[in-house]
Amino acid sequence: MNRFLMILILIVSFVPQGFAVQPDEVLDDPVLEERARDISEGLRCLVCQNQSIDDSDADLARDLRIVVRERLVAGDSNDEVVDYVVARYGEFVLLKPTFSGHNLVLWIAAPLIFVIGLVILFVVSMRQRKVSNAAAMTPEEEQVLAELTESETDSANKDQTSRQSAD
Amino acid sequence: MLSIELGHFALVLAFALAIVQVGVAIYAWQRPNEGGYSFVQQASGLQFLLVLLSFAALVVAFVTSDFSLKLAYEHSHSLQPTLYKFTSVWGNHEGSMLLWVLILTLFGAAVAVGGSNLPKATLNLVLGSQGFLVFAFIGFTIFTSNPFERLPEMPLEGRDLNPILQDIGLAIHPPLLYLGYVGFSVCFSFAIAALISGKIDAAWARWVRPWTMLSWIFLTLGIAMGSYWAYYELGWGGWWFWDPVENASFMPWLTGTALLHSALVMEKRGALKIWTVLLAIITFSLSLLGTFLVRSGILTSVHSFATDPSRGLVILGMLTFFICGAFILFAWRAPALKAGGLFAPISREAALVFNNLFLATATIAVLVGTLYPLALDAFTGIKISVGAPFFDLTFGALMVPLLLVLPFGPFLPWKRASIAQASKRLFGAIVLSFVLTIILVAYLWDGFSLTPLGMLLGFWVIIGSLADLAERAKLFKVAPSVSLRRLAGLPKNAWSTSFAHIGMGLTVLGVVLVSAYETETITTMQPGEQIETYGYSVRFVEEVDLAGPNFTSETVTFAVAPLGKREDMVSSEKRTYPARQMPTTEAGIKTFGLSQVYISIGDRVGENGRVVRIWTKPWILLIWLGCLVMAAAGTYSLTDRKYRIAAPNLVQKQSVGAAK
Repeated sequence: MNRFLMILILIVSFVPQGFAVQPDEVLDDPVLEERARDISEGLRCLVCQNQSIDDSDADLARDLRIVVRERLVAGDSNDEVVDYVVARYGEFVLLKPTFSGHNLVLWIAAPLIFVIGLVILFVVSMRQRKVSNAAAMTPEEEQVLAELTESETDSANKDQTSRQSAD
Repeated sequence: MLSIELGHFALVLAFALAIVQVGVAIYAWQRPNEGGYSFVQQASGLQFLLVLLSFAALVVAFVTSDFSLKLAYEHSHSLQPTLYKFTSVWGNHEGSMLLWVLILTLFGAAVAVGGSNLPKATLNLVLGSQGFLVFAFIGFTIFTSNPFERLPEMPLEGRDLNPILQDIGLAIHPPLLYLGYVGFSVCFSFAIAALISGKIDAAWARWVRPWTMLSWIFLTLGIAMGSYWAYYELGWGGWWFWDPVENASFMPWLTGTALLHSALVMEKRGALKIWTVLLAIITFSLSLLGTFLVRSGILTSVHSFATDPSRGLVILGMLTFFICGAFILFAWRAPALKAGGLFAPISREAALVFNNLFLATATIAVLVGTLYPLALDAFTGIKISVGAPFFDLTFGALMVPLLLVLPFGPFLPWKRASIAQASKRLFGAIVLSFVLTIILVAYLWDGFSLTPLGMLLGFWVIIGSLADLAERAKLFKVAPSVSLRRLAGLPKNAWSTSFAHIGMGLTVLGVVLVSAYETETITTMQPGEQIETYGYSVRFVEEVDLAGPNFTSETVTFAVAPLGKREDMVSSEKRTYPARQMPTTEAGIKTFGLSQVYISIGDRVGENGRVVRIWTKPWILLIWLGCLVMAAAGTYSLTDRKYRIAAPNLVQKQSVGAAK
């Protein structure tokens, strides 16, 4: 069902059905055109839902694609083109948010969770080691345990056996 | 017809029955009694029958084009092919809610029927929790999204289903996705039952794993189907957009995958109990988020199904209730669950923990990327966009270590293992993956990029997983016939693990190859004109106007061939559906092996010319083939007899152990 949303978006953004980049927009210089496509893929079509101007058919997306190409032809670097567009349309136009200020949470959340996960794992394994050291077994006991556990798949029993042998 | 009122009545009856069921389940939990248990069990089956009757009434109204039903009038048309009249039933908010509820009761009934080997008290709690879900979501359907509303005067013609939904892919996509989402409700209910009773053990994992697997298979197929549908129907050649609604279905898949792996550890070693319960809760919570956040109106204010703000508030309230309720219960009761088996930092358990850590982090990355812009907007008014470049980077970065470690997992013994030993046994696979990557990169070289790393990961996962099978069969170490016999005698689990991972590798390889080597040509073509593009010739044969049952179409036929080979015809269409005055595109797709040529037509140029966009998509079918292999591997593991036979034995052992 999730597609329905995308579809409705399409209805809004695709009314003049056709393509994104039109043949008449394409620059003669293939290197510049390639750069234009790269930049376009990172810029959002402002009237669409989560579509880049490279994918969108909306008129506004076409205007932006032309602006991007004009700036490139005028000799701007990629960053300068992006800055130019952001200065006019705001940060909303960037599909990849900047790594700064109010976006820090966005960028740091996942790595932070990862680190927290690692710390929790470390603490748990330390605690486990303490437990298992306290219940250290002689090689003979381990042998017995191995034989016992071999024959049983049920771990709850295993826990009990290990505790019994630790006693 | 009267059947609409009958359907409405059946739904209300199921609602009432769910309330009674929950009441009886609570009573039977406090005062265990046989009568209560069997009532709860039978109520689940009866609920399903009632909702099925109700759904059938809706289907009849749609298929017979009964436009006195408001829903049928708004979303159906008498000229639609019967198949689409049928699928129109869930091509709208109200009908899809009823489908959702139908599947929920189906799973409830399946647990009731298939759970006869469960301890009665556990089954009672599971079905009680399931009944509560049924109560809440039927209530939501009846009171805010009633599909059985009538129109005072019957219109002569319906307004047609959104044309873009009139497609076989979309017909199957929602039910598959819902089977996946809703299947996780069973895991959720098992988790709630474990938390309430405070009893959880390896047997719990053994009951939950088949349900998780089943839901995961449906979700895998549903997502793959949706992705392929978007690819061929939306007409711009993309197959994944990191759209919020796609992310919403992807997140439960990620945590569901993690759940499969952690439940495995729990089943075999009794460890990770608390984490597994938490994952079960999270996975269903994300499923709810996936189904309902999209409709609440907050994810996309303008475009979603539910434009009624009060309905959105109810959805938010229900989401908050279920998700927060489950987490509070978890925080309160989880400490009572006893931690299980110990393992060394290098062991199969540890490898699976590693898998869970990365999958969980990847889920967080997707979740934050999806919800952060909303939160930022709500609290500060700052509007930002989070699109494909963000997800490619964060999600991609997390997948690299996960895929690198993946093939080691099956080679590590439980409890304690040595990386050196596993590496030694995987040495051949490592070398072979490098060699294949180097050959392919040398052949396709077009400058420095991350592509070789992606290829290496794909090959490594596939070959490493095959190596697991080879190792178990002692391939090249004993006579081939012995190897074959060993292979045939391998447990189903070994095969399904290996092939699920191979499927993953195939998908990765497909994604990498198509992302790196797809080409795009935008041009104008006249009838008869032929162009050559990246190894294929494409000739504009002719354009004709065709009429479908409820649409008209401008169809252009192209002749496509790999250079120097025989031509094949393919047609690309632009359709107009008069009932809604809406155009759609039908891309022309020609398959050569696993690669495709994708042609989509644009506006008319001059007298007879067309703007034409041609993509070549090398190896793109690997993406979906991989998903199919994953789903098939999962299905194969479900046929394992131990899920049906061993469970009661375990239960007996368990109770003996407890009595000691």
